[in-house]
Amino acid sequence: MVQLKTGARLKSVVCDGEVMVVAAPAEAVELTCGGAPMVVNAGDSERLAVDPEHAVGIRIGKRYVSQGGDLEVLCVKSGEGGLAANGSLLLQKDTKQLPKTD
Amino acid sequence: MNVMMLLEMASATFPDRVAFIDSSDGSSLTYEQLFRAAGQRAAGLQTAGHSRMAMLDVTSLATPLGLFTSAWAGLPYVPLNYRLTAAEIRALLQRVTPAYLVTDAERHGEFHGLADVVATTRTQFLDDAHHGDGEADAWPMDPDDIAVLLFTSGTTGAPKAAVLRHKHLVSYILGSVEFASADEHEAALVTVPPYHVAGIAAILSSVYAGRRVVQLSAFTPQAWLEVARREAITSAFLVPTMLARIIEALEGQHTADLPALASVSYGGGKMPLPVIERAMALFPDTAFTNAYGLTETSSTISLLGPDEHRAAAASSDPAIRRRLASVGQALPGVEIQIRDDTGRVLGANQRGEIYVRGEQVSGEYEGRGHMTDAAGWFPTRDAGSTDDEGYLFLEGRADDVIVRGGENMSPGEIEDVLIAHAAVRDAAVVGVADEQWGEAVAAAVVVNAGHTVDATELQAWVKAHIRSSRVPQVVVFVDELPYTETGKLLRRVVREWLGS
Repeated sequence: MVQLKTGARLKSVVCDGEVMVVAAPAEAVELTCGGAPMVVNAGDSERLAVDPEHAVGIRIGKRYVSQGGDLEVLCVKSGEGGLAANGSLLLQKDTKQLPKTD
Repeated sequence: MNVMMLLEMASATFPDRVAFIDSSDGSSLTYEQLFRAAGQRAAGLQTAGHSRMAMLDVTSLATPLGLFTSAWAGLPYVPLNYRLTAAEIRALLQRVTPAYLVTDAERHGEFHGLADVVATTRTQFLDDAHHGDGEADAWPMDPDDIAVLLFTSGTTGAPKAAVLRHKHLVSYILGSVEFASADEHEAALVTVPPYHVAGIAAILSSVYAGRRVVQLSAFTPQAWLEVARREAITSAFLVPTMLARIIEALEGQHTADLPALASVSYGGGKMPLPVIERAMALFPDTAFTNAYGLTETSSTISLLGPDEHRAAAASSDPAIRRRLASVGQALPGVEIQIRDDTGRVLGANQRGEIYVRGEQVSGEYEGRGHMTDAAGWFPTRDAGSTDDEGYLFLEGRADDVIVRGGENMSPGEIEDVLIAHAAVRDAAVVGVADEQWGEAVAAAVVVNAGHTVDATELQAWVKAHIRSSRVPQVVVFVDELPYTETGKLLRRVVREWLGS
């Protein structure tokens, strides 16, 4: 469990996936990708296997929210792992397509 | 959180796509070239001891490179208005030292000697970036770091430096642009000045969408039309005065003949109804969007979309037709309220001051703190009202209200009536001191070429259309009204003309 901070960037240890925290919950939370906790610095450590229950993948530019809505992340690098907070899968957030204004 | 991340994502997704083209010489940068150049330049700046990067130059490839290099190096980016006098520029520069300044060759010598200013030329800056040395360290990710300082135009008093932090700009982009949503053929024509918030927003939103930006640094209607045709431009942003001049240049033609131009957005000042109606006729296949925003809100907070334009233009219901003159509804994630002088929230169809709240809203000025209240609401100083469905109508600046004998009136209402007269091309209404009424209504009017009209006729026209208290006591005929180059009417100047 970690206290997430808005703006922080986290890496997956099972794939190339990376996210940026857009909104952080007040309480500490375990954010996982492919079933394994995400880390600030993956270093050279060996890749873990993707948990088949957490293999929906994440796509660059998509936003993902927790079911309670208090955690939101932006995917900044695509990967094969799926995101979860305290074991529950995050949901992809739909963005309303707006007319171009600038 | 850092705006650099937006460019990193674009560079990783479409490295070879052209990101920016300078139409003056055809030079260009792909997303990957821009990303690498920002890193090269930032490597030299990360440890150089500057506190800000200032940019004093017309729009060029150095504009986006300056913005992203600053973000990577962790320096606030300060674009300065190159139309100011040397003394004014010096005064602003002294407020942002120690500064790294990018400017043109002619001005370089003038400012390089200033205390705590290290100046470089645009050419040198672009060249160094391509052949720079070393790898930059990772950019800072603190969402509270300052991304941009923008000096407001100072239509009232000395310029204030509006503070936009990375979290404000990133929130604005994530809330209004879908990543990689532009097709490869899409190209935006950007003519707004680089020191205006719309210029910053244009860079960030096009980068995140993956849309090629074609830069036009010196606007003329002929140059705009020529570049739009040559580059097969698909979208453009214009301030009302630019659109009016393009329409004048197309006088006598049935269509603008720009088949690729899918969308035009406009904002930055009040759009006269006849101009937008004529524009919709000349550009029948172009979707128009009206955007309203402020420097302090990271650009757009409300918009009137293309479907709403068409519905309003085609409607016989006055309440819907009137929406063509509105700035639409609030963006998702943005809340708007209308309040009276005491701060009480007003209902629909009541005129008051516009308040706004949202993650993209900064409302902060350097050295003056936040203008937002405890609940996060920012008072815009713009006057307006909303209709029953939340469509927002602007009614000038809150300070522009004319108080005649205890009756409050909005200059915009009287200006609209004057402009509707066939002989009137443009009109500005202000309050002038009056012994009997406290303030009297005065109008400066520009007459259409080939027409004649006198004050008596215009006074009768206003009386016939709205209440007699609105009739201008003074009508002065002028050749042109004073506008800033982003289309804001300088009422202060009109007041000086009419007050004497």
